[in-house]
Formats: sequence, C-alpha cells, structure tokens
Amino acid sequence: MTDSIATNQTILVVGGGIGGMTAALEAAECGKQVMLVERNASLGGRTALLYRYFPKMCHPTCGLEINLRRLKGNRNVRVMTMTEVLSVTGRRGNYSVTLKVAPRYVNENCTACGECAKAVEAEIDNAYEYGLAKTRAAYLPHAMAYPQRYVIDPSIVGTNDGEKAKAACKVGAVDLAMQEETVTINVGSVIWATGWKPYDAAKIQPYGYGRFANVITSLEFERLADPHGPTGGKLLRPSDGQVAKNIAFIQCAGSRDENHLRHCSRICCMASLKQTQYVREAHGDAGKSTVYYIDLRTIDRLEDFYQKVQQDATVTFVKSKVAKIVEDKDGNPVLHGVDTEGYHRYATPHDLVVLAVGMEPEANGIKLPDDMLLDSSGFIEGSKDEGMFGAGAATSPLDVNRAVQSATAAALRAIKVIHKTATVEG
Amino acid sequence: MSNQNQQAVARYHNNFLREVEERVEDGDWVKMCMQCGVCAGSCPLGSAWEHTPQKIFMMIRAGKRDEVLKSDAMWMCTSCYNCIVRCPRKLPITHIMHGLANYAHRLDMAPKGQPTRVIAKLFWDNLVKTGRVNELKFSLAMYFKDGFVQGIKNAMAMQSAGLSLVKAKRLNPMEIIGGHKCKDSSGIKKMIARAREIEDRKKGFTS
Repeated sequence: MTDSIATNQTILVVGGGIGGMTAALEAAECGKQVMLVERNASLGGRTALLYRYFPKMCHPTCGLEINLRRLKGNRNVRVMTMTEVLSVTGRRGNYSVTLKVAPRYVNENCTACGECAKAVEAEIDNAYEYGLAKTRAAYLPHAMAYPQRYVIDPSIVGTNDGEKAKAACKVGAVDLAMQEETVTINVGSVIWATGWKPYDAAKIQPYGYGRFANVITSLEFERLADPHGPTGGKLLRPSDGQVAKNIAFIQCAGSRDENHLRHCSRICCMASLKQTQYVREAHGDAGKSTVYYIDLRTIDRLEDFYQKVQQDATVTFVKSKVAKIVEDKDGNPVLHGVDTEGYHRYATPHDLVVLAVGMEPEANGIKLPDDMLLDSSGFIEGSKDEGMFGAGAATSPLDVNRAVQSATAAALRAIKVIHKTATVEG
Repeated sequence: MSNQNQQAVARYHNNFLREVEERVEDGDWVKMCMQCGVCAGSCPLGSAWEHTPQKIFMMIRAGKRDEVLKSDAMWMCTSCYNCIVRCPRKLPITHIMHGLANYAHRLDMAPKGQPTRVIAKLFWDNLVKTGRVNELKFSLAMYFKDGFVQGIKNAMAMQSAGLSLVKAKRLNPMEIIGGHKCKDSSGIKKMIARAREIEDRKKGFTS
C-alpha cells in the first residue's frame, strides 16, 4: 500500500510531535505529498503531555486540536504510527527509506470504546505519565491520542489477558496475529522532527533523583498539575501523597554543565516560572515557590512573564546553583548551597523539589544516516547533500512556538528540494 | 612589603585578575567562573573558612589583592576534589587554590604561622636536602615548630607511637644522623634549581 503512495515527489517527516505535525501540514497544504511517521502509538509528542503552555497559560489540547483538525481534513498526508526509520540510502531528491512498523494488535475497526482495557488485568508502566502511574496493558495512549485507537501491549499477546481483550472487542478490532512489518519507500526529501528528551536526572548525583521520592523532574510536575494526570491535577508529593505547598525549582538541572549538557536548554527558566503559577493556581496565597537559578534567561518578549512572576509574593528567587540535596527524617528534601547575592549558606527544607531538566536531542543514541550534520550537543543541522533537514526541537532546544517556526522553515526547504527534482525530471 | 611583592604591584597596578592569570598556576581559569556557587556549597569545610572558592574568584575579579593573598582560605583546602568534580565549567578549582596559596607564600603575603603553610615549608625543606623525605627529622621538626618546651611535650605525648614504629621497623632512629639519600643528591638539587628557574621565567619573577 505504502509503496504506491510514496514517490520521489514525496516528503518524509520523521516524528509526529508538534514540530513534525506542523512541517507535514505546512508541506501538505502547499499541495505536496507527505508521509508522517511516528514511533509512538499516537501523534502529539511531548507537547501533548504538558499541562499548560507559556506565556499565555493555555492548554496544549487547543493547539493540538487545531493541528489534528488540519490533519484530518488533508488528503496529502499519510500518517504511520508505531513506525521507526531503519535506514536511509540514496541522495537528495531520491532517497530510499526503510521503515519498521511495530504491531499494534488493534486494527482500524477500533472505536476506542475501551472494553478491551476493562477486560485485561495486567498493568504496565504508563510511559505517557513518565512512569508516575500504571495503565492496563490494553490502553489509549492519552485523551488527545491520534489516531483514537487502542494499543495492546506486546507483553500480553499470547496470554490469557490477550484473549480476554480479543473476546471483549465487539467490533473485531483486536488482531493478535499482527506481525512486525518492514516497508521501503521512495521519497524526495526527509524532515527529521525527532524532537527532544529530558536529560536523565539520575546522572546528576548530588540531587538524588531516583533516591529521594520527593525529587521529581519538571515533566513529571506537568503530569501532577494536569487534571488528566495521575493525581487528577492535585500537587501531591510521591513519597506520602501529602499535598506539596512549599515547592523548590532547581534550574540548569543538567544544562550549562560541562559534566552533563554543555548547552543552555533555553526553555527551562520559562517552564519553571510557568510552573510557579501552577502552585499559585492550586494553593493561592498559601503556596510557596522558590526558584534556585544561576541566571534567569527568559528569551526576548517572554521577559514580561518573568516580571509578572516577580510581582507574585508566593514566588522567591535564590541566585544559587544548589550544591546537593539530602533528605530529612520526614522525607523532606533539604537543599544545601551558598547564595551568590551575599554568599549566605543555606540548608532549606521543601515539600517537593522540581528539577528543571535540560533538553537533549531524542535522536542521541540513535544512529542517524551518515550524511547528517549534527552540532556538538547532537542537535540536527541538516545533511551534507542538503536534501534532509531538521525541524523543531531536534534542531535546538526550542519551546512550542519556536519549534513551530522552525518546522515551517524546514517544510519550505523540503518543498524546494521537491520542486528542483520535479524540474529536472521535466 | 617584600621586594617581589612591590614589583608585582608596580607591574599590574589594579589589574589583579591579570596578575593571577599570568602568575598563578591555573590562574587563567578564574575568568571562566560564572558564580553559580556549587563549589562553595560542595566544600566539606566551606562553613569553616572565610572565603570559599566562589568568593575568592569574585574577589580576584574585584581587584581585592590584599584580601585574597592574605586570606587563609586556600590553605584550608584538603584537596578532596568535590569542587572540581561538580564545577559546571570544569574549573580546576583545587589546583587554582593551591596555586594561589603558593603565590601568596612566594610574595610572603600568606598568613604567618598558618599551620598548613608551616608544615608544607617543613616538608619541602626536608625533601630537597637529600631528595628523600626523612620522616624522623620531619616528625621532630613538626613537634618543635612551636618552640622547644612544646616540642618536648609533643614528643612525650607521641612516645609510645614512636617506639611502636621503631619495633615494627617502620622508623629507624639512626636516620637522625644524615639519613638515607638519593644516589645523586647533587643532581636532584640541580634539577630543582632548574625547575625553579623555568617556573620563575614563566611566571615573570625576576630572581
């Protein structure tokens, strides 16, 4: 099926987050044929897992909904989920791409009724909650999932649970015989919108992530604040389920550090400032946020947001990179360090610590085609033959707004490649 | 003010950072400090001394020459290397602190009687005589560093430890006369003199 669709006039977009969706849609709306492949079971990427966007504090569901609507109404985009790129050969204007499609065990008959999830008993870590919660082994990735189709985890295929899921399905959508497939397609240009991943906070040894339950990452905090998240939007700390009111935010957790990520991840200052407002939203004047920082970098017009947060009496700023965290007998994380404005030594307990973890290219650790050009942190700069491009957070640490701009630029570059190919072929 | 100190002041005027960059071992790293405070917070002795590395680096940049060179902070460093390991800019902080201590010592600005300074001096003087550390003489020198009476007291207090070391053949009383040496002690002395000459040239000391 796929072979007949893709030609060297087709643009392949790798990654279905906000950047990949945008690049695919911009190209498709210009009349180009686009293949959008996504490794996970749903489009939306990390954006779908945020509670609110900065600076307007609106919900990501809004932006995603617009894009999904554009996608559903466009005949030029073909979406493949659970699909990974195995290899790319050829050159600008004529690439041959091999894709691996993992079995979903649920076909297009699925109506997302959820009967299969009710039938199975096995539970797995919910990757969409960053492991903060479990989910049944037959699941819908998240509320905004596209396609709205359940997934059966491979661990229950061939077990009693798998058969239960199949029996529960009224529309015959569960197909446990599905196999992994490999397909090869021909495309003219490739846009790598492979996105980013949070830096592994456990590597920052003195902060005790993984050892202390009440030290979490900024992404986990997004899930805590989200009404669809594991706590129903309540800011409950993991160790004892108590309400966390006095919350510390540690900036540059992994970024701007020669031992971890060399680059400034650029968005984390704004993300933490945004998250202080989640604390205010949850607790009003009774909440307390403390931001520990080296420098606060709120790029260009976002400075307004910083100034607004500075006016908030519940938010305190401490200019200091925290040296280490220890846990007191009540499970409260105690932050130790010296503040730069006066060199005061502090040992301050908080209910919960949020590490503003840095952004690392998702493609780090994945072998990209040899032709790709990467910067010193692994972000994509392009390809030597100028036929493949990076888009969104795969190219640099970008917020949603800038990822979308970058993706639009990448779409335009890919269109140029397609036009040149078409001209040559006359 | 020592002669060398006067020369340094004349040469660098108020630019203490440049002086440190040129004359202190690893001093050219000082400008890379971004004042995050991780070294200060990570130092196990941080609360016990007046100037943490973070503070010292800022004082250097602020031109507080006397305060820095007279500080005993860099003499308090135990070389645990916690600061080097955690520094997000990979400054060799421990080495810079040692470099500053050495520089302050050479200008004779370092605090008089600072125990680490005294011991380091005793150790060095002991070592360069023969190219080997004479442990007996070094221990005795340490006992008597605060005067004869205190020295006798120290020696009496450590008497049983000393005798046990002799019994275990870890300490030879005969070391008091001469002691063991390198095969070529004059060669060692020449080598050290030459090293000193190179260091002085690099750091711009006129000897």
